[in-house]
Amino acid sequence: MFDALSNKLSGVFDGLRRRGALNETDVMEALREVRLALLDADVALPVVKDFINKVRERAVGIEVLDSVSPGQQVVKIVNDVMIEALGGAGAVALNLNAVAPIPILMVGLQGSGKTTTSGKLGLRLSQRLRKKVLLASLDVQRPAAQLQLQQLAERAGVASLPIVPGETPLQIARRAMDTGRREVFDIVVLDTAGRLSINQELMDEVRDIRAATNPAEVLLVVDAMTGQDAVNTAKAFNDAVGVTGIVLTRMDGDARGGAALSMRAVTGAPIKLTGSGEKLDALEDFHPERVAGRILGMGDVVGLVEKAAETLDQEEAEKLAKRMARGQFDLEDYAAQLRQITKMGSISSIIGMLPGAGKIQQQLEQAGGANIDKTMLGRQAAIIGSMTRKERKTPDIIKASRKKRIAAGSGTSVQEVNKLLKQFDDMSAMMKRMNKLGQKGLMRHGLSALMPKGMMGGGGRPFR
Amino acid sequence: MALGFLSRLKQGLSRSTAKISESIGAVFTRRKLDDAALSDLEDLLVAADLGTAVAARIIGEFRRTRFGSEVTDDEVKQALAGEIAKILAPVAIPLALDRGKKPHVVLMVGVNGTGKTTTIGKLAQQYREQGIRAVLAAGDTFRAAAVEQLQVWGDRTGAPVIFGPPNTDSAGLAFDALARAQEQGADVLLIDTAGRLHNKAALMDELQKIIRVIKKKDETAPHSVLLVLDATTGQNALNQVDVFREMVNVTGLVVTKLDGSARGGIVVALAEEFGLPVHFVGVGEQAGDLRPFDPGEFARGLVGA
Repeated sequence: MFDALSNKLSGVFDGLRRRGALNETDVMEALREVRLALLDADVALPVVKDFINKVRERAVGIEVLDSVSPGQQVVKIVNDVMIEALGGAGAVALNLNAVAPIPILMVGLQGSGKTTTSGKLGLRLSQRLRKKVLLASLDVQRPAAQLQLQQLAERAGVASLPIVPGETPLQIARRAMDTGRREVFDIVVLDTAGRLSINQELMDEVRDIRAATNPAEVLLVVDAMTGQDAVNTAKAFNDAVGVTGIVLTRMDGDARGGAALSMRAVTGAPIKLTGSGEKLDALEDFHPERVAGRILGMGDVVGLVEKAAETLDQEEAEKLAKRMARGQFDLEDYAAQLRQITKMGSISSIIGMLPGAGKIQQQLEQAGGANIDKTMLGRQAAIIGSMTRKERKTPDIIKASRKKRIAAGSGTSVQEVNKLLKQFDDMSAMMKRMNKLGQKGLMRHGLSALMPKGMMGGGGRPFR
Repeated sequence: MALGFLSRLKQGLSRSTAKISESIGAVFTRRKLDDAALSDLEDLLVAADLGTAVAARIIGEFRRTRFGSEVTDDEVKQALAGEIAKILAPVAIPLALDRGKKPHVVLMVGVNGTGKTTTIGKLAQQYREQGIRAVLAAGDTFRAAAVEQLQVWGDRTGAPVIFGPPNTDSAGLAFDALARAQEQGADVLLIDTAGRLHNKAALMDELQKIIRVIKKKDETAPHSVLLVLDATTGQNALNQVDVFREMVNVTGLVVTKLDGSARGGIVVALAEEFGLPVHFVGVGEQAGDLRPFDPGEFARGLVGA
């Protein structure tokens, strides 16, 4: 939806080729783009203003280096400031330095994901840290909320506090801590009802719960899709109960997640965890350096590599690599590769994770290749599936009548079969070239050595 | 209900927007509408989640018509509300049930945690008060205790709840629910679905399957596909509406949680971009707090006029 910030900045600085220091006017123009990018990413306005000031202080007067464009230099400063604002490099662990049973209090607006996160937290603490965890729902507002946590606890294989109808949240909290002490639990997770930050009565209630249980962590659970209201919510909860950590949920969505920056700026509390899926194990450490790129629309390379490592079948990949090296790549391997790609999600979402991807995506679209998506991969898999074993091993034997049969069998057309065979040919040719170049050649010429001329456009400079 | 409808809506909305109106008041009591003032005003709109593009457009209109004039606080508020109401007016369309359909099928969709189940509960309650017979389908077969949550609403409202065991195929369940609702001659069938992020292709496919399957029972169904949006959502709501609309042909929006500190300005951006009807806004916990969308009231509430 949004162009990568780096593209916009390159545009701003295109005319600026002279050497010397960046002056105030140059920087101001660039910062207007940064400001818009941050606002479009849902960073709250007051936080944006602070951020821009910091970047300006650092950017004015820096020398424009020979090798790097001024745009890239400013992007780097923006990125650095962003990482600092998000908490610096590396993840911050949960604070579990307290006498057992250690209470962890979960707070937030309705529908932010407190109960699901509580369940995930139970699983994480019991599996990774070998803690004995008790989950207790203090939510007497939403119908069946207590039952929901109970069912999540069962799935996570941890204990949950028996449900006693008619108790107040404060009574449940006390009973949870008593049970925690009596039955020697390490950690008691207290899941509270969602509440609006302006509801004084409910904010008082959660303040009482905090006072009664003295939690080691008060985790504010926030939806990554939250807009400008993030500052109000963060401030209200922080004033009422003193937030010690933030959990950002729904990071598996496509929101840019500017709320992370707002929350962190308002509470000063570190973002400790992120929720990124419906499964109970989808709770991860927060890495500022990765989310910085996401907010700025500059891609998340580490995320891409991790995603690839997670979903790709390592063994199959190695087998494939070996066959490629020997030049034995056939259509069966191609099909296997298609399956792996399908597992990772659509190509455009993968490309979206790459830095500078905005430009590549544009180029693909201009080249009419915008339709590279799952459906095409599915059709290609169907075409290969309609071939005989022999045909897959030796594609050269596929002539007109075989093509007709394959097209009919896969519900496609002869043109599509041709297209696939052509693609496979190109790929085989590319692999042969790769083998010839060898490791060293690849390092020297980069990917451009493999691509047909013109495909890399202006960006085909060798990596150095 | 002690309060009338308008005052109740206004109360809910103005609570959420007290802050923006205060700031507008602070900025514009007797002031010349110059570049600095316009820029401040633009910031205020951005802070209400209208988005940079829409805020710039509205302020551009102001610049064209009123630049340099001496304005009072109230004039600015009224003019701003008028501008916003103009954008919203075409989308303020109440949900009209087709009483010829037995039942009129409503499919409730949205990302996780926006309030789909609660909205169905509130609707069921309102329909009961109006003598409209509703059947509820517990189509969220994924989330823990989602079925039980809807059953509580069924108990409260007396509406039959059709459900299956955990992880039932939601399309099959929707089909059964439609069959039952037809047998009973119900007026409306409200189908709940599991929350899903719009960028998860497999889950969006599942939603399309539900629609395909209920069409086998009634070719014209679903008669309404309502996307439930959380008012605290920022610019990502544009992506949500875009994808849900394309995948499942959303016919209208429900905007929930407008009684909080979120101002729901994204509704203005959505109206400009997609023009989908806004059928309901949620301004409180009670069933009666799910209200038809009134653009004038909403716009005035948004700027505190």
